[in-house]
Amino acid sequence: MEKIYSSFEAIQQDLKTQQTTCQLIVKAYLHRIDENKHLNAFLEVFADEALEKAKQIDAKITQNKAGKLAGMVIAIKDNICYKDHKVSASSKILDNFESLFSATVVERLLAEDAIIIGRTNCDEFAMGSSNENSAFGNVLNPIDNSKVPGGSSGGSAVAVKANLCLVALGSDTGGSIRQPASFCDIVGLKPTYGRVSRNGLIAYASSFDQIGPFTNNIADAALVMEVMSGADKMDSTCSAQEVPQYSNHLNDKKTYKITYFNSCIENDGLDAEIKAQFMAFVEELRAAGHTVEATDFPYLDYLVPTYYVLTTAEASSNLARYDGVHFGYRSPNAVDLESTYLKSRSEGFGDEVKRRIMLGTYVLSSGFYDAYYTKAQKVRRILKTKTEEILSDYDFILSPTSPHTPFDLGKQIDDPIKMYLEDIYTVHANLTGLPSISLPLNKHSNGLPYGFQLTAKSFNETALLAFSHQLLQNKN
Amino acid sequence: MSVYNKYQAVIGLEIHAQLSTKSKAYASDSATFGDLPNTNISPVTLGHPGTLPVLNEKNIEFAVKLGLAVGATIRENNEFARKNYFYADLPKGYQITQDKTPICTGGFITLFPNTAKEKKIEITRIHMEEDAGKSIHDQDPFNTLVDLNRAGVPLVEIVSEPQISSAEEAYEYVTQVRKLLRYLEICDGNMEEGSLRCDANVSVMLKGASKFGERTETKNMNSIRNVKRAIEHEIIRQIDVLENGEKIEMETRSFNAVDGTTFTMRSKEEAHDYRYFPEPDLQPVIVSQNYINGVKTTLPTLPNELYKIYTKEFRLSEYDANLIIESKPLGIYYNELTQYTKNYKAASNWLNGNIKSYLNENGITIENFVIKPAKIAALIQLIDDGKVSNTVASQHIFPIMVKQPELEPLAIAEQNNLIQESNDDDLSSYIEQVIVNNPKEIERFRNGEQQLIGFLMGQLMKTSKGKADPKKANSLLREKLNQ
Amino acid sequence: MAVDKLTVKKIATLAKLEFNEEQAVSIQQDLSRMLDFVNKLNEVDTEDVEPLVYMLNERPTLRKDEPLQEISQQEALKNAPDKDTDFFKVPKVIKR
Repeated sequence: MEKIYSSFEAIQQDLKTQQTTCQLIVKAYLHRIDENKHLNAFLEVFADEALEKAKQIDAKITQNKAGKLAGMVIAIKDNICYKDHKVSASSKILDNFESLFSATVVERLLAEDAIIIGRTNCDEFAMGSSNENSAFGNVLNPIDNSKVPGGSSGGSAVAVKANLCLVALGSDTGGSIRQPASFCDIVGLKPTYGRVSRNGLIAYASSFDQIGPFTNNIADAALVMEVMSGADKMDSTCSAQEVPQYSNHLNDKKTYKITYFNSCIENDGLDAEIKAQFMAFVEELRAAGHTVEATDFPYLDYLVPTYYVLTTAEASSNLARYDGVHFGYRSPNAVDLESTYLKSRSEGFGDEVKRRIMLGTYVLSSGFYDAYYTKAQKVRRILKTKTEEILSDYDFILSPTSPHTPFDLGKQIDDPIKMYLEDIYTVHANLTGLPSISLPLNKHSNGLPYGFQLTAKSFNETALLAFSHQLLQNKN
Repeated sequence: MSVYNKYQAVIGLEIHAQLSTKSKAYASDSATFGDLPNTNISPVTLGHPGTLPVLNEKNIEFAVKLGLAVGATIRENNEFARKNYFYADLPKGYQITQDKTPICTGGFITLFPNTAKEKKIEITRIHMEEDAGKSIHDQDPFNTLVDLNRAGVPLVEIVSEPQISSAEEAYEYVTQVRKLLRYLEICDGNMEEGSLRCDANVSVMLKGASKFGERTETKNMNSIRNVKRAIEHEIIRQIDVLENGEKIEMETRSFNAVDGTTFTMRSKEEAHDYRYFPEPDLQPVIVSQNYINGVKTTLPTLPNELYKIYTKEFRLSEYDANLIIESKPLGIYYNELTQYTKNYKAASNWLNGNIKSYLNENGITIENFVIKPAKIAALIQLIDDGKVSNTVASQHIFPIMVKQPELEPLAIAEQNNLIQESNDDDLSSYIEQVIVNNPKEIERFRNGEQQLIGFLMGQLMKTSKGKADPKKANSLLREKLNQ
Repeated sequence: MAVDKLTVKKIATLAKLEFNEEQAVSIQQDLSRMLDFVNKLNEVDTEDVEPLVYMLNERPTLRKDEPLQEISQQEALKNAPDKDTDFFKVPKVIKR
């Protein structure tokens, strides 16, 4: 019986005592991936390569030359570039495209001897909240296969939950790491905007996107963040601020000042049991010595509309490069330049992507720019200012990650607006650029998991991870 | 009175100059011209998924240099914007440019400086952007070929106020801009290769009218001369249209170099909606006063200032001064030459005369001229000291110097027996010989045919084997003849 | 907010997307609903508020002007849908 590891600490221990090797670890994951093909979490498994790499790292370990992440098996979302490997953003329009370079995060992880086992399924161009918008089929929730795993990083969340790898990378533009983490009962972290380089992340919305880890525990997230984060000369929007040693602070025992927004809890769409459990959790925190207070935040209803105006606008421009000319899918019906564009794009993109490109083009177009785009930028300013005001009085903002537990496959796919409201609690951190994490704290009476979300001050992943670690330890 | 004289032309020029940086505006691939297609390339330039732009620091430096040189106001907080449109040579589907925040505003270009026609043309704005690749339509019958070497090369766009009034002024404007760009060494100003491009906005209005006429935009003029031709044609075409009772359509036209006409470009139906918005992948760049001051110290002396020095201090003629400031390398050579000799006039004559002829004949540029300025100065000194005549220097010494540039002019003169005789006794004896050998001509000269002095001087030079100092010889000969 | 057919066509042209009749109706409805949804922003008082454009307060260092050859011509053309040894190829209408 192959051992299932749920922490890197356990792997390192067994490697040290030679109870296992990297090759054995990889073999076990490959086996489980094979057994769980029905989940459709992986688009491609780099089996031979992973085994070869494992062999090399085993050799390095015996020479005491291995990196910090030796023994860690990682999956990357299909919107993160890996040199000489295919990457498609789960879209037909990038079918067979091979990247010429690796994302900065991939380079950093590989430099510390992590093994990348494959690329995971996701919503096309990271646009979706259920992983039902992939050109390569739905991803199933391992806890209940009739339910969605969340999106857009559904494949990565499932890969970690189903033990197909130890850690997976996702990307979060409006909740695409945190919401699947909530639906799959694992940890999902979105760093502060600018903490992690976007070089090599296929862009959806440039001022919102961040790469982050899915893990089973906080220690693994902290370690991966230490390796990935920090200045990158290939990304002008990446912060040069020093990266703290997050791992060293995990056991900081502190009491904190926490707030939650009335409007979030009183929102119609929030499941009654989740609401009740949330209030119970608030009492638990108070009992543990933390201060927990409600705050007014009258902007809840404006979060998702602001998010959609700005992200679709940026996306409509970021996706213009998929034109069938220099790379990617070209329609067989292309007879000239114009039809190359029209047919390649219309045939290559899925419906949700086309919807968002249309909305984004509209809000940027002449005559509408001020009414929509500028207006949304101004609302974004208000949101950020107000939130920072609130966080000057509190350490964290607490909320449910998602209004309900994982829903049925096929249930919401026909109603775009309803789908957009899945993100109502998560988009806030992307609009304001703040670090935010979903913690696997709860099980619903319907048998399905749901997470709670913590958002911290800008670049304060240290406190965020420390408190998260505390909470998860208490739970266990 | 011609009907054309009823109208005045209103012209604004938009010049795109490729900056001569080594790498591209937002990526590290090479910005060199002329290499094999699709070799100066990178994932960023290809617009590949996951790539991000990173700004080249020289872009800012060059743009600030230009702004300082034209007296513009330089913006402190510079933002970038995306201009969105689809074309085969635009891999990202947008161009990164500056929309609402151009790095420079104001400033001017002087036309016909230091002449009666001198006129200042104000600049509206200068901003930074990137070039597109090249689409080749005529090499393959079934396909357009795309070369992305040029994609991402940094450009500055210089927009003039519509204050240019004629094709001639337009010619002068582009000439002055090109000269300035070359002086600053930020662009090689080569219109044939496309490192300098010009679009012309032309309209006409009745003289004395209060409202501007509708304008057209003309593109694809690949030389300064063609800019002039195109505008000349367009002005007349517009007047003809108006005189015919029709209206001018606001449109984009292309120049036909073969017959000098402009024609409507088919593809432009309606005004493009470029959906400009701030570039989220690039942070704003702060150009501080400190930085600007730093760049200022690297500015070369500009042509107009040099002109003043040459004409007022050095007392050169306007013509000579203009010849020297024609190109920066000439000025540099002249500048060094005048470190070694204070005979500014002679220095100018040698540069604009013998040296230029030699360069032209041999297809060499002044930067590759083998004779160092110090040696030319020494040659000038030799003449000033009366040791050789100008003619001997030009015809005998200079040709040796170009072949053996390491030699000193004095040494050449001595070795080749060229030091001229200023010795009066020798001179007298040569003159005696000439008088004895040419009795008929002497007779005719004394009888009034003064022009024979030329012939006699020739004989004298022959007799002296070229060594006679022509000035002295001439005056002594006349003296003797008049005795 | 209802979006008319002409606007949908105009936006689609700018975005280089084409829709058949059925799809056009569907996208018109979707767009209208989405615009209804985002019009909610008009309820927010944004007078005297500066738009938030850049999310980072730091100003990064600029890149030195040093050319780097990271990929070859072959690699550049590798993913091209149609190419010859040196160029990307896009079909063009044959002029008769």
